[in-house]
Amino acid sequence: MNNKEPFVRMTKRTTITRKEAILIRALAVVLSLIVCALVIVSMTHQNPMQVYGGIIKGAVGSNRRLWVTIRETMVLLLISIGLTPAFKMQFWNIGAEGQVLVGGLASAALMIYCGNSMSGGALLVLMFLASIAAGLVWGFIPAFFKAKYNTNETLFTLMMNYVAMQLVTFAIIFWENPAGSNTVGIINSSSRKGWFPSIAGNPYLLNVIIVLGFTCLCYYYMKYSKHGYEIAVVGESQNTARYAGINVKRVIIRTMMISGGICGLAGAIIVGGASHTISTSTANGRGFTAIIVAWMAHFNPFVMILISGFLVFMQQGAIQVATQFGLNENASEIITGIILFFLIGCEFFINYKLEFRKKSREVA
Amino acid sequence: MKQVTKTFGKVIANDHVNLVLNKGEILSILGENGSGKTTLMNMLSGIYFPDEGHIYVNGQEVMIRSPKDSFALGIGMIHQHFKLVPILTAAENIVLGLPQKGKMNMKQIENDIQELVTRYGFDMNPSEKIYDMSVSQKQTVEIVKVLYRGAQILILDEPTAVLTPQETEKLFDVLRNMKKDGKSIIIITHKLNEVLEISDRVSVLRKGTYIGTVDTKDATVSSLTEMMVGQKVSLDIHRSDPVNPQKRLEVKDVTCRNKEGTVVLDHASFYANSGEILGIAGISGSGQKELLESIAGLQDMETGEIRYITPDGKDADLNQLTASEISDLGIHLSFVPEDRLGMGLVGSMDLTDNMMLRSYRNGRGITADRKAPRELAQKVVDELEVVTPSLSTPVRRLSGGNVQKVLVGREISASPTVLMVAYPVRGLDINSSYTIYNLMSDEKDRGVAVICVGEDLDVLLELCDRILVLQSGRVSGIVDARSSNKEELGLMMTGDYKKEDAVNE
Repeated sequence: MNNKEPFVRMTKRTTITRKEAILIRALAVVLSLIVCALVIVSMTHQNPMQVYGGIIKGAVGSNRRLWVTIRETMVLLLISIGLTPAFKMQFWNIGAEGQVLVGGLASAALMIYCGNSMSGGALLVLMFLASIAAGLVWGFIPAFFKAKYNTNETLFTLMMNYVAMQLVTFAIIFWENPAGSNTVGIINSSSRKGWFPSIAGNPYLLNVIIVLGFTCLCYYYMKYSKHGYEIAVVGESQNTARYAGINVKRVIIRTMMISGGICGLAGAIIVGGASHTISTSTANGRGFTAIIVAWMAHFNPFVMILISGFLVFMQQGAIQVATQFGLNENASEIITGIILFFLIGCEFFINYKLEFRKKSREVA
Repeated sequence: MKQVTKTFGKVIANDHVNLVLNKGEILSILGENGSGKTTLMNMLSGIYFPDEGHIYVNGQEVMIRSPKDSFALGIGMIHQHFKLVPILTAAENIVLGLPQKGKMNMKQIENDIQELVTRYGFDMNPSEKIYDMSVSQKQTVEIVKVLYRGAQILILDEPTAVLTPQETEKLFDVLRNMKKDGKSIIIITHKLNEVLEISDRVSVLRKGTYIGTVDTKDATVSSLTEMMVGQKVSLDIHRSDPVNPQKRLEVKDVTCRNKEGTVVLDHASFYANSGEILGIAGISGSGQKELLESIAGLQDMETGEIRYITPDGKDADLNQLTASEISDLGIHLSFVPEDRLGMGLVGSMDLTDNMMLRSYRNGRGITADRKAPRELAQKVVDELEVVTPSLSTPVRRLSGGNVQKVLVGREISASPTVLMVAYPVRGLDINSSYTIYNLMSDEKDRGVAVICVGEDLDVLLELCDRILVLQSGRVSGIVDARSSNKEELGLMMTGDYKKEDAVNE
């Protein structure tokens, strides 16, 4: 038998000050950047500082790039906001992708069919409502089956993504422009009907206003409203919720409709406020990335601003890096991956602390 | 064990504890919840590693780094929660995980086990499957398991919590046999009568510190309580005679099934009066939970009806109502389930948010009012002496006893007409237990119909006016608590009881 004290033991922390937690996270970021630098040097023999510089330049290097980064951040943020109520209720909604797509599809349809018959303002309002309604339906369906038959929401919402994609593929057949291109092209490129108007000369300011508005609303809703309280109770324990007289089924369905509705609105913002077109890759995986954002922020909407901003920053930087250094776009993915690894990994050190053997105690 | 210390963060679970266990004796470790009994034993069995101090076995200092080391030293622990595979037989569970080369000779193993079983007088069949066994038989399997592995030192963590008085007697006989055989036994418990009955010496822990060890023959219930609590406590429960009892709740012929489709409540009928405490006794899992939940509207019933008679004589059929409507009638369930936070409280929420679990709908608008709940939380904290860092501490962080106080405090604050509590003092220290008992008595004096599911028969006999006994979902009888005794209740809890016998006696 080995008679030495164990070399290292882990113990659960009972308390940690906010300062310590921030320090640990900051340390994780620094460490991850060092590791990234090592990876860059070993694989590409480039100066890592230059690569980092390239990322920064690509993301915020010019006014236009800065606004593209902000625009993409807002989309990712809104989807994360939409996921928050569902995840807080421990309803694993991985169907944001599909909810965004059907929302976008509804907006695109209105832009195409009503673009000539309505004023721009009325069309925009209608687009918002229709997109929210479409996402809401996409959220309602899995929630209904979950509440009624206790189906697995993870599989259900995932499958709904593919249904949404097929719907978009189907719509493209009718909306093809130019014919034979198998794409929809820019919708209303001359009339600009259904496009978000520029505010103060800036084409993306409306996106920012809407999304930040929803961020504040979501914060209030989750933290102070009765609904938010119900969601938290249902998420923690359905038994407790039933005991408190909460109608669990109703809360599940209502919350998923809200969740889906917000994701649907994100679809409208993409189609009306950014791409002005629709394709199966309109959501582009952001429905999944948003899950990471929401979890890492511990469902705090304001922290989500930072995290979605960071992820988009890295993505936009990647495009620049790819052209400037002849690197594959995946280089930035690797860097993002390493940083996320450290950030998520450091949660362990926030919850646990390691105790090393103080001196070697031995027993005869 | 010498000067053993273990801390969790800032909490000192064991502060320089000394403990001596002699060969061939039964040592009780006594202490209130949170006094560090289990932590101390977990260090012996290799689950935790002490921060300071030394452990000696047979005079040799040892390092116990893992359960494997602990086994090698002949220390075996029987945990409160059994760790058995239900679809395997007793013998298969016992040899599970033992290193063995080549083919297993199950016959030989079963013979070896049978030999152990007869030597110590266990009641167990090695080839029976676990899922066919009663709780006490499962416990037997756990004990035989550590014996089979050659344990010389046995640690039992609250072994009697799940047993009826008769089964407890049987267990104690077995323990005495093992003692005669030279085994050393540590038994963790907080039931004082059992301590006096079984052990040779008693070591007392209080708030993580070692208070002392006394010979059992020199100890009494009150001297041990004083050591545990640190001051003299009066162990009297105030029980007044029911004043003007009126029928408040009538349960007729209620049958329920659980999720697996087994009948858990079998044609149960009884009534509860105002101004009276009705105790419900039974082995855990005999339908107590379902009974209370069907009254509270949380459980679907197959047959039967539950009627509520309001103080002004009106009738309400609870079957038709939802849980929140029943709660509005003043029927309150303060359920303290097996995992304390499973129902009734939300672990990750703070005290204030838990106070509003019932009342968050009050007030207009979509914003939930947190002012009144915060005041209520403060009141409960002050009146019931809840120990908490602040009102915004998640209740999960509080100790079990404090969690209980928060829950019971909230339910009582709503001035109910029917108050149902299940295991109201599980995990509470003696002082708080008696606070809760007296709170219930006060509610009774206010004319509330109190229904109390309890596990300590001594307390039920002292506290209640009538006691209903459940046995596998059936009501095996209702007795007058003032004239009944533990033996009678024990018989009614197992199946051996016939109503005729009681009449003939």
